[in-house]
Amino acid sequence: MRIPISALIGLVLTAGFFLMAIFAPLIAPYEMAEVVGDVWEPRSAEHLLGTDNIGRDLLSRMIYGGRTTIIIATAATILSFTLGSFLGFTAAVIGGWIDQLMSRFVDLLMSIPTLIFALVVLSVMPVNTTMLILVMGVLDATRVYRLSRAVAVDINVQDFVEAAKLRGEKRGWIIFREILPNALSPLVAELGLRFIFAVLFLSTLSFLGLGVQPPDSDWGGMVKENKEGIVFGIGAALVPAAAIAALAISVNLVADWVLNRTSDLKGGRGG
Amino acid sequence: MAETLLDIRNLHIEATVYPAGEPAKDIVIVDDVSLILEKGKVLGLIGESGAGKSTIGLSSMAYGRGSIRLSGEVFLNGREILSSGSRGLRKLRGKEVTYVSQSAAASFNPAKRLMEQIVEAALEHGVASKAEAEKRAVQLFRELSLPNPETIGNRYPHQVSGGQLQRAMTVMALVPEPDLIVFDEPTTALDVTTQIDVLAAIKKAIQKTGVAALYITHDLAVVAQVSDEIMVLRNGAKVERNTAENIINSPQEDYTKALVSVRSIDHKEKKPSKNPVLVARGISAAYGNKVQVLKNISVEVHPGQTLAVVGESGSGKSTLARVLTGLLPPFEGTVTFAGRTLSRALPQRTKEDLRQIQMIYQMADTAMNPRQTVETIIGRPLGFYFGLQGKKRRERVLELLDEIEMGEGFLDRYPAELSGGQKQRVCIARALAAKPKLIICDEVTSALDPLVADGILKLLLRLQRSEDVAYLFITHDLATVKAIADSIAVMYQGSLVRYGSKSDVLAPPFDDYTDLLLSSVPEMRIGWLEEVLQNRKMESAGN
Amino acid sequence: MSSILKLVSQRLALGLLLLLACSVLIFVGTQILPGDVAQSILGQSATPTALANLREELGLNDPAYVRYFSWLGGVLTGDLGTALSNGQEINAQIGLRLGNTLFLAFWAAVVAVPLAILLGLIAVRYRNRWPDKLISGLTLASMSLPEFFIGYVLIFFFAVKWRWFPSVATVYDSMSLWEKLNAIALPVTVLVLVVLAHMMRMTRAAILNVMQSAYIETAELKGLSAFNVIFRHAFPNAIAPIVNVVMLNLAYLVVGVVVVEVIFVYPGMGQYLVDHVSKRDVPVVQACGLIFAAVYIGLNLIADVVAIVTNPRLRHPK
Repeated sequence: MRIPISALIGLVLTAGFFLMAIFAPLIAPYEMAEVVGDVWEPRSAEHLLGTDNIGRDLLSRMIYGGRTTIIIATAATILSFTLGSFLGFTAAVIGGWIDQLMSRFVDLLMSIPTLIFALVVLSVMPVNTTMLILVMGVLDATRVYRLSRAVAVDINVQDFVEAAKLRGEKRGWIIFREILPNALSPLVAELGLRFIFAVLFLSTLSFLGLGVQPPDSDWGGMVKENKEGIVFGIGAALVPAAAIAALAISVNLVADWVLNRTSDLKGGRGG
Repeated sequence: MAETLLDIRNLHIEATVYPAGEPAKDIVIVDDVSLILEKGKVLGLIGESGAGKSTIGLSSMAYGRGSIRLSGEVFLNGREILSSGSRGLRKLRGKEVTYVSQSAAASFNPAKRLMEQIVEAALEHGVASKAEAEKRAVQLFRELSLPNPETIGNRYPHQVSGGQLQRAMTVMALVPEPDLIVFDEPTTALDVTTQIDVLAAIKKAIQKTGVAALYITHDLAVVAQVSDEIMVLRNGAKVERNTAENIINSPQEDYTKALVSVRSIDHKEKKPSKNPVLVARGISAAYGNKVQVLKNISVEVHPGQTLAVVGESGSGKSTLARVLTGLLPPFEGTVTFAGRTLSRALPQRTKEDLRQIQMIYQMADTAMNPRQTVETIIGRPLGFYFGLQGKKRRERVLELLDEIEMGEGFLDRYPAELSGGQKQRVCIARALAAKPKLIICDEVTSALDPLVADGILKLLLRLQRSEDVAYLFITHDLATVKAIADSIAVMYQGSLVRYGSKSDVLAPPFDDYTDLLLSSVPEMRIGWLEEVLQNRKMESAGN
Repeated sequence: MSSILKLVSQRLALGLLLLLACSVLIFVGTQILPGDVAQSILGQSATPTALANLREELGLNDPAYVRYFSWLGGVLTGDLGTALSNGQEINAQIGLRLGNTLFLAFWAAVVAVPLAILLGLIAVRYRNRWPDKLISGLTLASMSLPEFFIGYVLIFFFAVKWRWFPSVATVYDSMSLWEKLNAIALPVTVLVLVVLAHMMRMTRAAILNVMQSAYIETAELKGLSAFNVIFRHAFPNAIAPIVNVVMLNLAYLVVGVVVVEVIFVYPGMGQYLVDHVSKRDVPVVQACGLIFAAVYIGLNLIADVVAIVTNPRLRHPK
C-alpha cells in the first residue's frame, strides 16, 4: 500500500491533534483559566504564543480549547453516524411506509439551513455540552441518513443481493454479510467529512456566543474572546482560527485519500 | 487499379488510464496496424472487446477518445492527417469523413431538433445551402424507409425510436457527401428484427452513394453482409485480412476459424418425458397495478432438458423468470415443481424449494458480492443448504471448481480479479453447489464475447449431461437457442406466440412473428441479407 | 406545454407545503421543547408571580395549536409580532435588515457566480493537468476554512495593516452606492471565497458531465470549432445543471451571511438573528428563521423549476 504524501501529512497532523486533545493536561504549561500576565502580551519564551484578552497563556488555552473542540466534535460525529446510518440502512432494507415517513421527515429537516435551525433551537434550550452534542448530532444525522440510505438502496438492488434472497438468506445475513461490507468504504470516507463539519459547526456556534460557554472555551470561542484585538493589529484571534483550519484540512486530506481509494465499489483487496 | 482513399501505416495507439487509488499508467491499445482502403469499398473491422477496432476506426478521423495518443501515419485522400493540426482536422471531419456511432440515442443532442443536427456539418463546411441540405436529408429519409420523411426532421431525438434514430444518424453521415463513413457497431444495441432494417438501410445507402466505409462490429455474420473485405483484429493487432467471401468460407488463421464456427454447437434434441420438473399454468403478471407484462403463459420444463424462452426486449421473458422464482408473485396461474404447487411469493417458499431452483444472471459482475472470495461465493450454498463446513466444504468447492474447468488457485480470488468468462463460470458453480433440479439462465451469454460465450454454452451442456439438471434458458439470441434447446417458447409483447419441441418450433409453417424473428438472425454467409429482404412476410416488429 | 405547467405548479405547491411544514417545525422548536420562554427571559431567580404574569402576557397558557395558528395568521397577514426584548415591531426592523442582507448577498453572487463558472470551465479545459489540480487543491483548503478565519485574516491585513478598507462594514441610506460598495468590500470577499470553492467544484462536475456526453463527440466529429461545440451543443444542456449549482450555492450563501455579518458588524438579518438568539427573544428568532427558510426553499425551488422548463423531454412530449 502506497500512501500519497498529502495523505501522510494529513494522517500525522490529525494524529497530533488527537494526541494533544488526550494528553492536554500533561502538555499545557499553565492552567486553562489561570491569569499569568498582562493583556495580549506578545510572544516570549515564557508564553510561546503570548497571552490572551485577559492575560491567560494563549498556548495552554489553545491546548485545552482544542481538547474541548475535538471531544465535542467527536461525540457529535459518533452520534450523527450511529443514528443516521442505522436509520438509513433500516429505511433502505425495509422500504415501504417506514422508509417514506423517515425520508420525508429528513427532507423537511434539511429544508431549513442547519445553522439557522440550530440557532432557533438554541434560543430556547439551555446551552451546555450535552445539548450542543445532541443538536449537532441530530441535525447532522440527516446527511448521514441520506448517504447511507442511498448507498444501501444501490447495493440492495444488485443481483448478488437478489441471489442471496433467492437462496433463502435471512435479513441479518443480507444486511451484515452482503450489504454492509460494500457500504463500509463510502461511509468511512464520509466519517471524516462529518467530523470536519462538526468542528466547523461547533466553532461557528461558539464564535457566535451560542456554543461552549465561558469560562470554558473551545477554539471558536477563543476567536470570539480575542477578536477585539484584531483592530489593534493583535493577531491572537487568528491563532485558534488557524488551528481550526489546520485540523479541518488535515482530516480532509485523509478523507480525500480514503474516498479516492474506495471510489471503486468493485475493487477486491486493492492492488 | 482503384484509387486509394485511406492509407493507415504502422498505427500505434496508447492511452493513459487512471485506476482508482493507483498512479496513472500507460497501456497499448493498438500495436502496429496498417491498412489500405480504396474509394467506394467497404472494409469490415471485426474483433472481440479490447481488439482496438473502434479506436482504429476513429483514427481515420485523427480522433482519440479521452487520453488516447495516436502515432504512425494516416493518409486520407493522399494527405497525412495525424500531423495536420486542429484547424486542418476541422476541415476534414464532417466533410471528408463522417461517423455513425453505436448509440444514436446518446449521440444526438437531446436539446435540438433532428434536422438541425443532420444538416449542421454540411452547412459548417459550406458543402450545401440549408435548403439543399434539407432536401437531401428528406430524400435520404425516404430512401432509408423512415416514416413521415417530410416531417420527421422536426422531431427531437427522444420522440423517435432507437432503430429510426440509428437510420437518422446514417442520414446525418451521408448529407455532407463524404468520401468515407465510419460505422461503429451501428446495430449492436438494437433488437434483432430492428437490426435487419438498419442493416438493409446502411447497405442501400452505401450502394446508392458509392461512399467508402469502415464497418466496425464484433458480429462476423453482420459484417459479412455489407463488406467487400474483412480485417480480423485481436488484442490491438491484425490477425488476418481477406475478401469477405474468403474469410467466411476459407479462413486461414485459427482465431478466424474459431470466430466463423462459433455457435455451431451440435446438440441433439431430447424427447419430452412424462413427468415435467416444472409446470407453469396460465401465468399472468403485472408490475404494480399498471401494464400487464405476462399474459396467460403456460410452459413445461422436462428433467435434464432445456427450455429456451426467446424474445426481444419488452417480450416479458425476464419477467417470467421473476415469477418462477417467486420474486414477482403472479396475479393468476400456478407454478408446479416436481408435482408440488409452489407458493406464489418467495418468502413463503421452503428452503428445499429454493434449493431446487437456482438462477444464473446476465451480468456475472453484479451477481457476485465483490467483497467475497470465490471460496465464500461457492461455499455459501454448501453450508446453507447442506451444512457443509471446514475441510469438507473446501473439498466440495474444489470439486466444483474442477467441474467448471478452474483450479485451486482461484479459491482466494475476488470477483474483480477474474475475467468475464471466469466470473460466469463461478456463478454456474454457485448454482450447481445447491444440486438443483432446475437452473434458470437469464441471458447468461449475452454480455460475453462470442468465443467466451461458446465456451460457457459448451460447459452448460456438459454439466447438463453429468448432473442431469434442467435449464430454463432465457435469451434473445436465436443462434444460442438452436445450439442448446430441446424445446422452445417464443414470446412477443407478453404473450406466448409459439411453443413446442425445437424441431416443431423451427419448422414451417411459421406464424408471422416467429418468421420475422427467425429470418432476422444474421447467417454467416454472403448474400443472406438480400434473400431475407425479398422473402419477408411481416415488416419489422418494433423499430 | 401543459405537462410542464402541471409539473411546475406541482413543484410550487410542494414548495409551499414544505414552507408550511417548516413553520410548524420552527414553532415546535421554539415553543414546545422543554425550555420555557418566560423562564429564559426572566432568568432562574424570577419570582413565581412574575413568571405567571409574563406567561399570561405572552399567551403561553393557551394550547400550542392555538398559539401556532395565531402566529401563522399574523405571518400570513404580514404581521411578524413584536420583539420581547425591546417591544419594537419586528416588521420594521426586518424590512431594513433584510434589504441590507440581500444587498450583501447580491454583490457576493455577482462576483462569485461568473468567477466560479469561469474557473470551473478552466478546470474542465485543463482536466488532470496543473490548473485543474491547483484549483481542486484550493477547493479542498477553502472548504476547510471557517468563515471567521478568512474574515479576520482579511481584516488583519487589508483593514488594519494596510488600511485599504474599513474593518467594520457600516452602511446607511444616505451613502452613495460607491461608498456602500467600499464598505462591504471585505464581507463580500469573504462570502465569495466561502462559496467559490463549492460552486466551482460543482460547476466543474456539471460541465464535465455534459462534455463527456456522446453528442459532444458527435459535434467534434462534424468538424465544428471548439466555440461552436460549446455554444451550440454543450451550453443548451448545461444550463439546468449550472443553474442548479448556482441556486444551491446561493442558498449556502444565505447561511454564510449570518457569520459574516457578525464578523463585520453589518446591520443585516444574520446579526439581528444572532443578537436575539442570545437575548432569547423568541418572536424575532421565529420570524428570522422562517424568512431564512423561505429564501432557502425558494432558491431550491427556482433550481427545480429551471430544470423542468429546460428539459427537452418535457418541453416536447412524444
